[in-house]
Amino acid sequence: MPKDGIGASTKRREDIRFLTGKGRYTDDINLRGQAYVHFLRSDVAHATLNGIDTSAAKDMPGVLRIFTARDFDGVGGIPCGWLITDRHGQPMQEPKHPIMAEGKIRHVGEIVAAVVAETLDQARDAAEAIVLDYDELPAVIDMKAAVQADAPKVHEELTSNLCYDWGFVEENKAAVDAAFDVAAHVTTLELVNNRLVANPMEPRVAIGDYAAHDDSSTLYTTSQNPHVIRLLMGAFVLGIPEHKLRVIAPDVGGGFGTKIFHYAEEAFCTFAAKQLKLPVKWTSTRSEAFMSDAHGRDHVTKIQLALDADNNFTALRTDTYANMGAYLSTFAPSVPTWLHGTLMAGNYRTPLIYVNVKAVFTNTVPVDAYRGAGRPEATFQLERVVDMAARELGVDPAELRRQNFIRKDQFPYATPVAVEYDTGDYEATLDKGLELSDYAGFATRLAESKANGKLRGIGLAHYIEACGIAPSNLVGQLGARAGLYESATVRVNATGGIVVMTGSHSHGQGHETSFPQVIAQMIGIEPDQVEIVHGDTANTPMGMGTYGSRSIAVGGSAMVRATEKIIAKAKKIAAHILEASDADIELKDGKFSVAGTDKSLNWGDVTLAAYVPHNYPLKDLEPGLEETAFYDPSNFTYPSGCYICEVEIDPDTGKVTIERFTAADDFGNIINPMIVEGQVQGGVAQGIGQALLENCSYDSDGQLLSASYMDYAMPRASDVPMITVDHSCQTPCTHNPLGVKGCGEAGAIGSPPAVINAVLDAMHRAGKPVAHIDMPVTPAKVWAAMNH
Amino acid sequence: MYNFDFVKPSTVEEAVAALQDDEAQPLSGGQTLIPSMKQRLNAPGTLVSLLGIEALKGISSADGVLTIGGVTNHATVAAEAGAYPALAALAAQIGDPAVRNRGTIGGSLANNDPAACYPAAALASGATIVTNSREIAVDDFFQGMFTTDLEEGEIITSVKFPIPEVASYQKFEQPASRFALTGVFVTKYADGVRVAITGASEEGVFRWAEAEEALTANFSADALAALAVPSNAMITDLHGTAEYRAHLCKVMTGRAVAAAH
Ligand SMILES: Cc1cc2nc3c(=O)[nH]c(=O)nc-3n(C[C@H](O)[C@H](O)[C@H](O)COP(=O)(O)OP(=O)(O)OC[C@H]3O[C@@H](n4cnc5c(N)ncnc54)[C@H](O)[C@@H]3O)c2cc1C
Repeated sequence: MPKDGIGASTKRREDIRFLTGKGRYTDDINLRGQAYVHFLRSDVAHATLNGIDTSAAKDMPGVLRIFTARDFDGVGGIPCGWLITDRHGQPMQEPKHPIMAEGKIRHVGEIVAAVVAETLDQARDAAEAIVLDYDELPAVIDMKAAVQADAPKVHEELTSNLCYDWGFVEENKAAVDAAFDVAAHVTTLELVNNRLVANPMEPRVAIGDYAAHDDSSTLYTTSQNPHVIRLLMGAFVLGIPEHKLRVIAPDVGGGFGTKIFHYAEEAFCTFAAKQLKLPVKWTSTRSEAFMSDAHGRDHVTKIQLALDADNNFTALRTDTYANMGAYLSTFAPSVPTWLHGTLMAGNYRTPLIYVNVKAVFTNTVPVDAYRGAGRPEATFQLERVVDMAARELGVDPAELRRQNFIRKDQFPYATPVAVEYDTGDYEATLDKGLELSDYAGFATRLAESKANGKLRGIGLAHYIEACGIAPSNLVGQLGARAGLYESATVRVNATGGIVVMTGSHSHGQGHETSFPQVIAQMIGIEPDQVEIVHGDTANTPMGMGTYGSRSIAVGGSAMVRATEKIIAKAKKIAAHILEASDADIELKDGKFSVAGTDKSLNWGDVTLAAYVPHNYPLKDLEPGLEETAFYDPSNFTYPSGCYICEVEIDPDTGKVTIERFTAADDFGNIINPMIVEGQVQGGVAQGIGQALLENCSYDSDGQLLSASYMDYAMPRASDVPMITVDHSCQTPCTHNPLGVKGCGEAGAIGSPPAVINAVLDAMHRAGKPVAHIDMPVTPAKVWAAMNH
Repeated sequence: MYNFDFVKPSTVEEAVAALQDDEAQPLSGGQTLIPSMKQRLNAPGTLVSLLGIEALKGISSADGVLTIGGVTNHATVAAEAGAYPALAALAAQIGDPAVRNRGTIGGSLANNDPAACYPAAALASGATIVTNSREIAVDDFFQGMFTTDLEEGEIITSVKFPIPEVASYQKFEQPASRFALTGVFVTKYADGVRVAITGASEEGVFRWAEAEEALTANFSADALAALAVPSNAMITDLHGTAEYRAHLCKVMTGRAVAAAH
């Protein structure tokens, strides 16, 4: 067996280059003769744009060309990747998303003009000389106000600011309402899921390049999915066929969803490079990132839970307003619908569920998927309402959950919201969480906190997520305009080393370490014989990229399938050389042997024979050892877990500190436990950020108030406690070859409700009961809640 | 950033001469000025770096007064102002190591950011701001947010802090910037107690007279029980209401009294 196969906590090989400054990020790439673009962005939220006077600017030093919307006649808008059909069977309203403002400005940060110059400073100087003629319009910011009949319209050509009014499952609505009518108890909760800015450490960068000799374009970009960008930009925006367009996403310094989407800046740089016959580079400043990266979350929800006299959940209904921002970003419509509504059963047997979502256009930056995407929003409201019900009924929140869990023997379990969970054991993670968090010992710690003048509370949350996105035929029925398979080419070289070209992209997930562990295990060689190549459409097969915790479940499965083909072929070669039948060949520890004999061949002997086919079954078998597989999953995967948080509150200042945090997850089988632990820690840190600190805030004129780190609070190491991470509860996925479920988003999904439940518990125990408090629970907010 | 000229004189006289130019501006650690230039919010024609003037750096203590050169950075104060421990502790809590190794006391006081830390220390210590041309009593120096008594081209050469019997700075951090959402510096001298509060008021750093009087009579947090800072002049922003800040003024004052040593 390889010593670093499946299950080994191998250190991440990529970290050596990241930690020693040898990573190669997009901004590290500089092409000969490149020009720089500076985007003139709107500083008003809503205006009619009458004219753009570039006459002074265009003659300024170094200016090569100034582009405005007029230059994009004949170029498509930025496409949206998902069509939602509303409650009445109508398609969502889908306004054009132009590369630059066309006659109207719709959010602060929208591109109005682009100056390409020899240096960045020259481009900025010239941008300041551009004169805009516009008339400001009243801004539409609040979602509920935006759907009133008299609200100003973000898009004149639409009937209203309502993108869609989605009901799920519409046929269940009457039955759900009827169940509420006869419920013994109904818990009602209104809450906000706060708007976030992802803030990956590396801001977005795009470099467009054009090669006249073969009329081809190359885009270097900070993307989680270069093939998707090539498809969307080539086919829908610029009209460049895929064989003339290459997209390269080299090292990417964090994405968290916000680098999934196709952005105007990418299309611009590719387009301008071809026009000017020069490479054109753009590097986002942090200020630009705040007003141009897609934001996350931003839901306003009313949720109701109905229970019978024995505290069984009988029905659930929700009413959500979901902010789309000014335009539809790539996956935006799917987030509050299929990635949210389908998760509303959570870990529970609730038989009847109805979810209503109104997606709304506002004069704000587009909102799209952010770590968890829809699932954190679902989990937050569900785990909050269950906790609230427990409090109202005077029962232990852990036991109310346990009583309503889908039981271990009920899998596969079809929920009333269209998904079928393949496996799970929610009591096991609950028990593990209670044990590791020393739930039973809370009273002692509470007494200690009290003695120090502090409040203390404990909160738990369970989550379920749908990962491993996604079965293409299913998502196609749901409105996806793309397939969601993944691909891998496994290339075995003559001397036995392996290169895997994967459509998955690694931007912090550690693929370069964990993927080789799988191949090493399958073949019985060491992982350092395997290299992972990703991020370049020219040398990887068409793949859909990395998001939705899909890399190992879908990309890893494709790699397994391709490796199985390799092994099958290698066995045939071995059988020929060993003069045995294929069926008798065994592969173990990198050796092919004939069952029951001492005849064997090393891995390298067979790979060499594949490329030096002297003694080779050429009549039946092609030379070479390279296989590709595309894997389309038959279902989502359903990781789940129990998160328990313990907080202290300083009653004088309202400051919340997280004292203990326990994550007991079920991720199915695990390839590299250390990487999984890191993913959970990072996710929990982001969840704590959402719960305690982060808030993207607009004023009523549409000005972004939290437009820099002076006002947008990111979590820092001192905000995050040591996290106890356990993944010993494992119910392997039943439908993918590795039995894996995915772990990338769990931390960000499960932690916010655990934190808020703990904060409210602390207040309750201190005799300052507050029914609900919205995130982020800043000191000011906690203090106000306790003192009013 | 716009283009600018850069000079780095080695004496105060040369610096003052260079600052005669209307478009010239002094540069110390650049932790405030450079970011604002990068954002094109500030466009000096000439930057006159004070970092080359060795005479403006360093800390000395004599006759109960701690003197800090105007171009001394926060890290140096944190490490070397042991004669005034509360001041050293304040410097150690400013920003991060990069900021502390660049940012200077003169830059901080001249800038008078309403959420900055040093203004509270200077005001609570009854410090004297020494410039190239005069000495300014701290009670006359701060004149509201981002405004001071400094003339155009005048530079802070040193700051003299009378060393109190006991003192403490208690900073409640704004969650995003980690500047003071409300910070209180309390000092106790033979002739009375001074309380200076930063981060809270629309008018910038201020003294809380009622608390000074009560604490001079009885240096104990209990002495504050009946007092309250009125909230009408307090800042309301994303991070806290005026009412919350007024409340924090009292909480942090009490903590500073309790922690004073
Ligand atoms: C990330 C970060 C975090 C920070 N956190 C804090 C914090 O927690 N608390 C806090 O108090 N501060 C904080 N600061 C501000 C920091 O302390 C700055 O150093 C300080 O505000 C300015 O000092 P400087 O030497 O950098 O001044 P500069 O940026 O060089 O100059 C600031 C202004 O003062 C003028 N000036 C500079 N020196 C003199 C002088 N000797 N005489 C007259 N005028 C002068 C300049 O012309 C300019 O107008 C932070 C800054 C950053 C970047």
